[in-house]
Amino acid sequence: MAELLAVRGLRVDFATDRGPAQVLDGMNLDIETGEVVGLVGESGCGKTTLARAILGILPEGAARIRAGEVRFKGTDLLREDPGAVNDRVRGRAITFIPQDPFTSFSPVFPVETQIMDLMKWKSPRARNGGGPASILARYPRARHRADREAVLEILRAVQIPEPARALRRLPHEFSGGQRQRLMIAMALLPRPDLIIADEPTTALDVTIQAQILRLLRALVKERGVSVLFTTHDLGTAHEICDRVVVMYAGQEMEAAPTDAFFGRPAHPYTRRLLMSVPSPGGEIRDIPGEVPSLVAPPSGCRFHPRCDYATAECRDVRPALRALAGAHGVRCHHPVDAPAGADP
Amino acid sequence: MSAVWFVVTRLTRDRSALIGLVLIALLVLSAALAPVLATHPDDVFELHPSERLAAPSGAHWLGTDRMGADVYSRLLFGARITILIGIIAVGASLAIGVPIGLVAGYHHGWLSDLLMRVSDIFLAVPQVVLAIAIAQTLGPSLPNVILALSVTYWPWFARVVYAETRALQKEIFVESTAALGASPWRLTVLHVLPNIASPIIVRASIGMGFTILTAAALGFLGLGPPPPTPEWGRTIAESREFLPDAWWYATAPGLAIFLTVMGFNLLGDGLRDVLDPRLRRSRTARDG
Amino acid sequence: MRLLALALHRLAWFAPTLLGLLVVTFVISRIIPADPVALVAGETATPVQVEALRRELGYDRPLPVQFVDYVVRLVRGDMGTSLFTRRPIVEDLRHRLPATIELTVVAMVVSVLAGIPLGVLSALWRNSLLDHALRVVTVSGLAIASFWLGIMLQLLFAMRLGWTPLNGRLQGFPPRSLTGFYLVDACLTWDWATFGTALLHLALPAATLAFPALATLVRFTRAGVLDVMQSNFVLYERAMGLPRPLIVWKYILRSALTSTVTQIGLLFGILLAGAVVTEAVFDWPGIGTYAVNSILRSDYNAVMGFTVWAGAIFIVVNLLVDVAHTLVDPRERTT
Repeated sequence: MAELLAVRGLRVDFATDRGPAQVLDGMNLDIETGEVVGLVGESGCGKTTLARAILGILPEGAARIRAGEVRFKGTDLLREDPGAVNDRVRGRAITFIPQDPFTSFSPVFPVETQIMDLMKWKSPRARNGGGPASILARYPRARHRADREAVLEILRAVQIPEPARALRRLPHEFSGGQRQRLMIAMALLPRPDLIIADEPTTALDVTIQAQILRLLRALVKERGVSVLFTTHDLGTAHEICDRVVVMYAGQEMEAAPTDAFFGRPAHPYTRRLLMSVPSPGGEIRDIPGEVPSLVAPPSGCRFHPRCDYATAECRDVRPALRALAGAHGVRCHHPVDAPAGADP
Repeated sequence: MSAVWFVVTRLTRDRSALIGLVLIALLVLSAALAPVLATHPDDVFELHPSERLAAPSGAHWLGTDRMGADVYSRLLFGARITILIGIIAVGASLAIGVPIGLVAGYHHGWLSDLLMRVSDIFLAVPQVVLAIAIAQTLGPSLPNVILALSVTYWPWFARVVYAETRALQKEIFVESTAALGASPWRLTVLHVLPNIASPIIVRASIGMGFTILTAAALGFLGLGPPPPTPEWGRTIAESREFLPDAWWYATAPGLAIFLTVMGFNLLGDGLRDVLDPRLRRSRTARDG
Repeated sequence: MRLLALALHRLAWFAPTLLGLLVVTFVISRIIPADPVALVAGETATPVQVEALRRELGYDRPLPVQFVDYVVRLVRGDMGTSLFTRRPIVEDLRHRLPATIELTVVAMVVSVLAGIPLGVLSALWRNSLLDHALRVVTVSGLAIASFWLGIMLQLLFAMRLGWTPLNGRLQGFPPRSLTGFYLVDACLTWDWATFGTALLHLALPAATLAFPALATLVRFTRAGVLDVMQSNFVLYERAMGLPRPLIVWKYILRSALTSTVTQIGLLFGILLAGAVVTEAVFDWPGIGTYAVNSILRSDYNAVMGFTVWAGAIFIVVNLLVDVAHTLVDPRERTT
């Protein structure tokens, strides 16, 4: 398969009262065409920051990109002309499904207005390189008709009942699950290569989460779209991802195909994470130690203060990527070679 | 006390709030030390017809007025009246407005409607007009100005408290506390009041400025304390017939009003920034 | 239909609110210590003459009777006669209302047209030179005593520079009265000289009146826009690469305006209150000057007339603001 997105050595700082927090520190990530990649980690590990860095919407003023590249189809988005990225990449080649479907619609405009505004600029039928030049420009009538047909079709695909009537309604008239279906529809409409889904189901009821996830996976597989799916829930990652990447305190720890990831996790942190998942009849086991400060992060491997296997080497040197069998990579000086659950 | 200290230290870090604090401190100092700071402390009541309408000079820093009194000295004594009016009028408005706003905000139905309509009636007439009517009815004097301002300013507090209480009710925690069976009044006093203290404090600071402005307008229209009280608004009215020559006479008290009101407004803004968690949240970086 | 129901609901409150207003003003005006009848009769009148006048004016009856009588006559459009001008108050007010409306509307239009865009720009270019300059304007606008501002403007522009007239609404003959608004009448009668003079007369009082309103609007719009800019839907629209002007001028502005619209109702109150003092400073022949003069003469029929008018106008404006708010914020309609 071909490389679609490659994040290399990305470093992002956030300004805080106590000084710059190194939220991403040499982060790497690969996504191939048609692949659903799960990005898992505890909350606060930098998942959302990575998602926003790829989209190029880090909070202005507060966040600063220190180093690294975000290579998408061969071009580094961080060094491209921002206007061109906004026109051709954001909302077209890369789309977004937000965390909270309740507040991600403007409450004062009907859904139709918001979807058609998206289509006016981001429809796959719009001329190459973006929509109308000015916001006052008219929406070409023929394209409007074709776009609206496409919208109705996709609304049927995400199982919104009575799509034509649904369009006239205001966002708050939809349930959370329906709103997230609308968000999925809007993410698919521009026919993107990659969808960034930032914890798309955490705001929803548990019963609806599984439905939405299955729907999302079916739709993207049908269309060959890649997905970067961030979550702190290993269960959902297992359910819909082809590959899983584990993040800890702004660095990636391990990346592996889903089976290998759950079957033979090599990083001590991954193993801990898997053990913390409540097993049937078992108890949730917390990971000992505290989440590290990002203002003064641990040296070397950021996990070493909480790691049972840590040695002097772990304190001093960040581990290089170590390739294991079957596209499985781990960044650890002392990877574990045993099936899951076989810890001492 | 530590909470107060926290607020004060945060305020001094904000430039405009600091300016506000300094201006108010200056006002309070002028009022407290008026007899010491004044170059002609007796001029508040004495006449010097030979020195009338003298331009600013070394002897009279801000010139003299139509009676030959030192404008600067009279300004200092005027600060005492200003502070007195502001504090008593806002205090009384708080005492009337906050309970009414709370009851109206918590209660849904006729009582709420009735209370808010009553405050609407008061708000339905421009405050200056109603205050003029009351002050005129009772006769021009300092207590009557204060009474007129209190009677007309309380609806603003009622409105703020009402709106905040209603907004708070929509938030989940009050709903969940209500679901746990807490009594309405317990809920209001324990949960709502502390949460809306910030907007009340902010409103009170801005209300000081607003009340002082209205009091000056009443003085300007001749409804304030009678002469020779050195009330700022009245001084401006007196000065009009000597324009454009005696420009200092009209300018100085206007600037004094301006700086005082600005001080309270800036402090109110600073307090809002420090106390309002909704604004504070947007200032810090978020990550998930 | 919900909109209609809402409007009716508000209308149902209109009468009681107005009645409450009447009670308040009536109580205030009837506890005047000075005897207004004696005031009208003059110093030379004998006690017998004063009593005759009192009976003639109906002031010898019990207060509740006088109040009911007042309300009944009010419903018929009769506000009584002014104790001072001896003319029907309705006449006096109607005669003077266009001057006040002209002044207030011009000030309102200026502050809205300038204030909202400036507020948006101030928020977009936070901490820019424009933002800092506007902060100075807003801080001063809310701190300045409008009567003092008026006097300072007169001092500078009328007395020193001589660019504008000192006070009044017009020198010479007014344009042929069609609407009572000099600017409109001058336009309609093609009388551009009068239009220019009227505009010059209007400049200082309108500026005085608009300044605090402008400051309020800039401030409120700026805060509203900054608030909305933090919201998730703006983040979403940015993530989807929608053009920034579309996000700002359509989505952000629309959301920020829902709160600004409510502010315009309050703004009208500020303007109406400001008009009273501003008119007094500029000798503007509107209902504000009339009210101040009436109050100073203990002409409480006229005071009540003015208060009722001002109150009614204000209540109607607030009613319209409520409806406008419902139009701007569709969530209100369905909840």
